[in-house]
Amino acid sequence: MKPAPFDLCLAESVADVTAALAEHGEAARILAGGQSLMAMLNMRLTEPQLVIDISGIPDLDRIEVGKDGITVGALVRQAELAAHEEAMAALPIIAEALTHVGHMQTRNRGTVCGSLAHADPSAELPLLLLLLGGHVTLASARGTRQVAASDFLVGMLSTARAPDEMVTHAHFPLPPKGARSGFREISRRHGDFAIVALGCIAQGNSVRLGIGGVADAPVAVDLGDVTPETLPEALNALAWRLGGYDDIHATARYRRELIRRIGRDLILETIA
Amino acid sequence: MVGTTEVDDGRYVGKRVLRVEDQTLLRGRGKFVDDLPVAPGTLHAAFLRSPHAHARIVSIDVSEALKVKGVKAVVTGEDIRPYTRPLIVGFKNPMDYRGIAMGKVRYVGEPVAVVCATDRYRAEDALARIKVEYEPLAAVVDPVKACEDDAPVLHEEAGSNRVSRRVFTHGEPMAAFALADRSTEITIRYPRNSITPMETYGIVAEYQPDTGGYDVLSNFQGPFSVHTVMAIALKVPGAKLRHRSPPNSGGSFGAKLTIFPYIVVLAVCARLAGRPVKWIEDRLEHLSSSSVAPNRVTRIRAAFDDDGTVHGLRMEHFDDHGAYLRAPMPAPIYRMHGLSTNCYRIPNVEVINNICMTNKCPTGAVRGFGGPQLYFAIERVMAKVADELGRDPLDVMSQNLIRANQFPYRAPAGALIDSGDYQQVVADTVEQGGLEDLKRRRDEARAEGRLYGIGYAMAVEPSQSNMGYISTLKTAEEREKAGPKDGAVASCTISVDPLGSVSVIGDSTPQGQGHQTTLSQIVADELGISIDKVQVNLETDTQKDNWSLAAGNYSCRFSPASVSAAKTAAERVRQKMAIIASRYMNVTAEELDFKDDWIIARNNPENRLEFRRVGGLAHWSPSSLPDGMDAGIREVAYWNAPELTPTSAKDEINTSLAYGFAFDFCGVEVDPDTGEVRIDRYVTAHDCGTILNPGLAEGQIRGSFASALGASMYEEFVYKDDGTFLSGTFADYLIATAPEAVDPIMVETVATPSPFTRLGAKGIAEGNQYTTPVCLANAVADAIGREDIVLPLTPAKVFEWVNGEEEAPPPDVAEDEGPDDRIDYSGDALRGSGSTFVPTTPEQVWDTLMNPDEMAAIIPGCKSLDQLADDHFTGTVSMGVGPVKGTFDADIRLANLDKPNSADITGSLIGSLGSSRGRGQVTLEPSDDGVTVSYTYEIHLSGTVASVGGRLLSGAARSLVNQFFRALVRRAAPDAKPQKDGLLGRMRGWLGGTS
Amino acid sequence: MKILKDGVKAPVTFSLNGEDIEGYAEPRTLLSDFLRHELGASGTHVACEHGVCGACTVSVDGKAVRSCLMLAAQAEGKDVQTIEGLSKGDEDFGDLQEAFHQRFALQCGFCTPGMLMTLASLKGTGRSYSEAEIRDALSGNICRCTGYREIVDAALDVLGDQVKA
Repeated sequence: MKPAPFDLCLAESVADVTAALAEHGEAARILAGGQSLMAMLNMRLTEPQLVIDISGIPDLDRIEVGKDGITVGALVRQAELAAHEEAMAALPIIAEALTHVGHMQTRNRGTVCGSLAHADPSAELPLLLLLLGGHVTLASARGTRQVAASDFLVGMLSTARAPDEMVTHAHFPLPPKGARSGFREISRRHGDFAIVALGCIAQGNSVRLGIGGVADAPVAVDLGDVTPETLPEALNALAWRLGGYDDIHATARYRRELIRRIGRDLILETIA
Repeated sequence: MVGTTEVDDGRYVGKRVLRVEDQTLLRGRGKFVDDLPVAPGTLHAAFLRSPHAHARIVSIDVSEALKVKGVKAVVTGEDIRPYTRPLIVGFKNPMDYRGIAMGKVRYVGEPVAVVCATDRYRAEDALARIKVEYEPLAAVVDPVKACEDDAPVLHEEAGSNRVSRRVFTHGEPMAAFALADRSTEITIRYPRNSITPMETYGIVAEYQPDTGGYDVLSNFQGPFSVHTVMAIALKVPGAKLRHRSPPNSGGSFGAKLTIFPYIVVLAVCARLAGRPVKWIEDRLEHLSSSSVAPNRVTRIRAAFDDDGTVHGLRMEHFDDHGAYLRAPMPAPIYRMHGLSTNCYRIPNVEVINNICMTNKCPTGAVRGFGGPQLYFAIERVMAKVADELGRDPLDVMSQNLIRANQFPYRAPAGALIDSGDYQQVVADTVEQGGLEDLKRRRDEARAEGRLYGIGYAMAVEPSQSNMGYISTLKTAEEREKAGPKDGAVASCTISVDPLGSVSVIGDSTPQGQGHQTTLSQIVADELGISIDKVQVNLETDTQKDNWSLAAGNYSCRFSPASVSAAKTAAERVRQKMAIIASRYMNVTAEELDFKDDWIIARNNPENRLEFRRVGGLAHWSPSSLPDGMDAGIREVAYWNAPELTPTSAKDEINTSLAYGFAFDFCGVEVDPDTGEVRIDRYVTAHDCGTILNPGLAEGQIRGSFASALGASMYEEFVYKDDGTFLSGTFADYLIATAPEAVDPIMVETVATPSPFTRLGAKGIAEGNQYTTPVCLANAVADAIGREDIVLPLTPAKVFEWVNGEEEAPPPDVAEDEGPDDRIDYSGDALRGSGSTFVPTTPEQVWDTLMNPDEMAAIIPGCKSLDQLADDHFTGTVSMGVGPVKGTFDADIRLANLDKPNSADITGSLIGSLGSSRGRGQVTLEPSDDGVTVSYTYEIHLSGTVASVGGRLLSGAARSLVNQFFRALVRRAAPDAKPQKDGLLGRMRGWLGGTS
Repeated sequence: MKILKDGVKAPVTFSLNGEDIEGYAEPRTLLSDFLRHELGASGTHVACEHGVCGACTVSVDGKAVRSCLMLAAQAEGKDVQTIEGLSKGDEDFGDLQEAFHQRFALQCGFCTPGMLMTLASLKGTGRSYSEAEIRDALSGNICRCTGYREIVDAALDVLGDQVKA
């Protein structure tokens, strides 16, 4: 189980990366923390001709906490974000979700932006970016652009990133003042891929629910004002719309049931 | 509790003596097989493995692979054939198995070719260049279905997938069933699992042209009876197949027995490549293709009276051994044969053993070796007997237990159960484990409407296998012809060097159990020396060490067998040294004690000689020795137990030598919302005779419990009905980690020594493999009131057990659904259907679909497409999702062309990531402003992509199908407005565009 | 910007257990293979190569990471610690190792270096840990022999927030 051959580009600036991407496009992969890419390389599930290691680029390791949210650079490790007291105080739902992201050893290397760019349908961070209405910044030799999470996360392991673009930053907005939040995840074991991950933002009884692990990409929906009486029907409709899928860890039905039951518990606890 | 290296009474056995193995391991200086240096020029092997569950190999072309930089040889089954004979098993059968596919592949992961290159990276580079043409065949994965007449047959030469069927009758089971008040039955399905050691297989093989023999280093675990199988297969005398074991082995739990077919293959590779060849198995290889325990279906019936006395059992097993039988398979089912009535006084039993072949990984040894499967059936039916009588299961079980005054007890199928006090173990467990309190907890939980249950399980724990038991599979006549097979020889060599220090060579090839420590304890005690004066070496070298068929580490052999051999050898050393010393001390040898590194006259402690001086004399001054005594001190003991007799004419067999006892109970609660099973309390008790080292013994119990917990809750090798393997990574085959681990309450109870082993010790490492799975199953059955409990207890499965039908979709969702473009992956294939609207004419769509240039543009990732006939296309596609991409050779055929209405499509893809076969139907239905293209499809996915990417398969397939149809719309109706497509797009539409 | 070409071995230098080392690696060479086979630091074990089992855990700049999920070239200039660095010389047997020894916290010893490197990174923080925190940290390390109780006890002996019997 060893990677296929590739050239390794040790980038020193974003311009290095975008130049290499402009030249190689889909034949190149960006390596940041490598906690998804390296495993895929080892299993030869992906065989890029060029791997671009961005870990030597200065200034991409910053976490900025602003009035409107948290902005993290492409080299911010998941563990660094989790350890950033100010950021986690501002967005406790991220602190909670990060405890479910892999293990200490993978969080020490895995980056926040890498997880977003990888777009695993079960991953927690894409779910949170979507739930919070965040965006990513994409850079290319053509310039930079900001893409909302809902436009960025287009499907299974698929994003709106063009082959010549890299994710340089991600921005997680703060929920409205006074909003409460909650996060719940069901997985087979500690640190496993989520069977279902649920995030909830509530302002009074008005609820926005994010769901990962059920469709090809995370989904977030505004449920409006909910009551214990109306909630089951709304969640049942949602569960059926998302459908879910069968794999060796769970059935599609089980995924739908977790939306109904764990979703109900999470929402009621959050608005209580 | 911490350990000790100091002992106050001069005795080490029975103390918590700290391990002598730890210093090197804890410093990272262990020497595992991959850590040892190899000769310059050694090549590294990588295996090409079958993506198919069942297929004929039409051709293999290795020419491109040979051109890859660093590649020195590519070896196929046909290359291996001239240098080998088939690997034999314990009974005559026509299967031709040599460790690598020849002519056919019969499971996903089966070796097809070996690349030998200058390093592993390059060897893997070449794998993708080997071209294999397969003709896929129908597969069968269920052992019962495999025995049906219309099942695809794996080994045509065997004629049937049922390669052995034996019916055994002990006592009078038919009469017992006729006479008993009642009877009941249950069918159990025991899943496939293994304990997947952390260290995988590793081999370095070299051919010796001067002798025509082979030199092999590997982490093979034994039994060394398999050495004879390898030597015969390699067509060399045993003495010319030298096998050496590295100093350390990273766990085995049985798995490292079936490394031996690879040893044969690697040996021939080394011969053909003209250089040593090294192979370190990777984890994906290990999970798909190394070794698993046989899964089993058992229908078991019990005859019993109204008072709870069980008079007879009848059971029929369908034991699933996967694609090949490899020695000593099908041993697990026969190893337990003598214990077909477990710990109960049940005088009548009928056992029917069906040995079945299926398109799955071949089986091997796994800790527990046939016990988990057998006891799952017996302990589930005992629970059912109690249930039908309205009695507490423990009452009924206890009522039928063998009584303490009945030992040694001859079970009807032949086990001579040596010793025990089962009633005392039960009493201690009930008390220390707080059974009454647990019952209260159950009552309270149930009063609140919670799902809480209590389960019990008992097991006789066999240790040290009778090497003759596998012959029970043969008929009495066949056994007569073949000659007797019995016993289990253990050996140990102890020498005292000129400076008086002691070397011990044992035959146990351990994988972490602390055998060096234990043997040091025993020898130090016998010779009255401190433990640091004893050096134990367990790196078996078949050309230099003493070994016999039973050597190795399996079936709890160490504590009864290797320990008895060491004790015997140490006694001989002591005897010899006593004779030497007695001449200088003017007392008889019998009057000498060995203590504190001295040899001391018992009646006059002043009269003493240093142990090392006496040892030295035998070397420095042979003339001082008594007449006729050999110089030097090196004593070899071969130890065998006379109780291990051959199978009787009535098929009775004392399958093992020493038999311990385990009793467990537990309380569990099932969460009806998540299906999760929470273990509230788990209590386990073991009587394994004399405890040699409590620190090591506890480690074995805890470790066994942890792996049994894994087998019960998390671990399973999952195959689709079409033979697709889905558990190819450690993210799919789940092993409990520290947060999932449960600490059992360990009961202090009796230790009934075995009268048949030298120190009274019995095995202890397997007990919880027997009890824990069925104990948890019994508890869940009690909690939810269900009979059919199939492990592992995955939440999704348990959820469906405790909940009724799913809530229906609300009407508006049902309507919205329209043509479903979801995928169902619950059966043997990915099945889906959907439709897309194309704003053009049916003819235009038809022409687009039939035009190879258009198709090349529509098929995702198509690089080339050639039309061989009107209805036949071949080409190359590079497809995948996101960064996961593979290049595949495509073969597409069309049929039932009904222009412009419908067509059937069949196709196959094969590439380094795996293969897929599929078929589908496309229907074009004209409407006012265009045409609706409807499709249904069925896809079989196999190989790497399925075994490591299972979690993402259905989504990936859906994404590719969507890409195809989006492209179809683009090509057939270039002017049409692009639609926001796919499920996700539609879903986000429904959800109001918020996300 | 440097480009390392496929198939060409380039020098890699870093500090291994406090010692400056140099070796040669292709771009695709994994750090785990480089440590074991190029530098001879074979105490770091490889058991899954897909980042799940934790046997290859080493410390890079003070953080416990999977060495099978890093390229050797990515270790350039870093401070890498492996099991061989936890005890220097025969006399020094680190406190974590001593606790493992006393508690029978290893059997085959294959997962042990990874376990110790994870725990050593906790020790490096200087704070103490609850049993739940220790189990959480160890969730990234699989052991097949022990059932974890003894490992957790050994860890608590050194890192625990309360005295254990």
